[in-house]
Amino acid sequence: MIEMPDMLAAGPEIALAVIGMVLMMIGVFAPEKKALSIVSGLTIASLIVTLAFVIWLADGRVVAFSGLFLTDAFAVYMKILVLLGSIFVLFMSENYVQREGMDRFEFPILVIYATVGMMMMISANDLISLYVGLELQSLSLYVIAAFQRDRVRSSEAGLKYFVLGALSSGLLLYGCSLIYGFAGTTNFDALAGLFAGQGLEASPGLIVGMVFLTAGLAFKISAVPFHMWTPDVYEGAPTAVTAFFAVAPKIAAIALFLRVMLEPFGGLIDEWRQIIVLISIASMVLGAFAAIAQNNIKRLMAYSSIGHVGYALIGLASGSEAGLRGVLIYMAIYLVMNVGAFACILCMRVNGRMVENIDDLAGSAKSHPMMALAILIFMFSLAGIPPMAGFFGKFFIFTAAIEAELYTLAIIGVVASVVGAYYYLRIVKIVFFDDLTERFDKPIGRSLSTVMTLSGVVTILFFLWPAPILDSAAVAAAALFPG
Amino acid sequence: MLEIGLAHYLTVAAILFTLGLFGIFLNRKNVIIILMSIELMLLAVNLNLVAFSAHLNDLMGQIFAMFILTVAAAEAAIGLAILVVYYRNRGSIAVEDINVMKG
Repeated sequence: MIEMPDMLAAGPEIALAVIGMVLMMIGVFAPEKKALSIVSGLTIASLIVTLAFVIWLADGRVVAFSGLFLTDAFAVYMKILVLLGSIFVLFMSENYVQREGMDRFEFPILVIYATVGMMMMISANDLISLYVGLELQSLSLYVIAAFQRDRVRSSEAGLKYFVLGALSSGLLLYGCSLIYGFAGTTNFDALAGLFAGQGLEASPGLIVGMVFLTAGLAFKISAVPFHMWTPDVYEGAPTAVTAFFAVAPKIAAIALFLRVMLEPFGGLIDEWRQIIVLISIASMVLGAFAAIAQNNIKRLMAYSSIGHVGYALIGLASGSEAGLRGVLIYMAIYLVMNVGAFACILCMRVNGRMVENIDDLAGSAKSHPMMALAILIFMFSLAGIPPMAGFFGKFFIFTAAIEAELYTLAIIGVVASVVGAYYYLRIVKIVFFDDLTERFDKPIGRSLSTVMTLSGVVTILFFLWPAPILDSAAVAAAALFPG
Repeated sequence: MLEIGLAHYLTVAAILFTLGLFGIFLNRKNVIIILMSIELMLLAVNLNLVAFSAHLNDLMGQIFAMFILTVAAAEAAIGLAILVVYYRNRGSIAVEDINVMKG
């Protein structure tokens, strides 16, 4: 009798992958004109079902597939964020996809596969499953970056993303091979056991492997000095895809980064802490200063996301449960405010054509007062001005850094966020006080205004009822720090 | 007689990996060469894994190498597909022409 592996733990991933294949069939056999709307409706429905499945399965730490796959409270929390990101982005990109020559049913299916890859990454408990999940996600993302096949910018974004992404996978794999060679195992638990307790000195080969692995992962979260693909890819990719890039893959990559650093390499914190501190400072500073000179709003959002990754890494550098909880809260808030901000960017249309320059926003408070209000909320929140949600995200992270006695890091973080406030507030100034030059199209569409309202309300009213996010983040953080 | 040991394999793999890395950064001519360099890097990793696997008497490394081979094939297919799309739009695949967006 062959024993079946415990597959229920990976149920959501398996179900979603199968749904992706079924939807491909439906897309092929459905009437051509309706294929996209049928498939994207079904995609959103199945992502919502998967979300419910993930929440229903949530129950302690389960290791499946001979230690390759793992779910715990941390994985569940991150998967919920990723799924919410995918759902919102698909929901608000429906009109965009139809207008901008991307109306092929493969788009939602690629989003499904990217999401499956991200969920695999979050649940990886072995270098092999880490790699396979990461590549499933990346390969889908390369394709959707180049999804506007007839535009030079989109295909260039896809090409750049592909080349640099493949390079980073190469670095990551070389790191994996060295770790395997010098530790003799690819399993996270076994690696963690190796460093825990005995106070064993890690061999230089292992440290080199860990540095390569860190470099590869830093690429995926676009931390400085591995950020150079981000502005170009964000600018060139179709706006709906950029919105997706800014939320779901970033959250998944941060989750993977946190797990790899804290679980298998948790015992080597003194070795990796200085690397994390360095890339965190560099990301915050570059994110704050390079964004000032930008005219393209998508490029600006790219630098803004580099900066936000820097803040999130402060929490990792503190290496404590409070720091991890800070990062988790930060990622939830980051998801909400970025989805909202991109909903506003997706409204920037003049005579049916997308515009992307910040100056095009001039005076839009007069023509679109509600959208202008939403921009105000999201920019204040991204800048971290109380009482918006973004302030609390930063607050928990800086508190954790001070508790871990990383004073320099905390001070640089605060200074960088003050500098960053300049360019966020400049957008608010342009929207409210400059003269109206171009009138955006009306109406903005029901899905966009729904997403805007929803995320705007969450951003403003977070401080009234923060308990759900704070509590679940605390539970998730505790999962990586047992005992 | 010289015994070929683990260190020799690791050295060859490291040299191949570095060649691949430099192939990406120093090459200013053709994107196809970049794709070839990426393959070279992945194969260097495979060599590393297989050598370690033989040395440690552990099968995991060879399994990992099989995964990398399959994923690398998919990756090359997607890379070439994106390259074809790019060529149709731009009419060139020279590295210095990939500059519509500065960066």
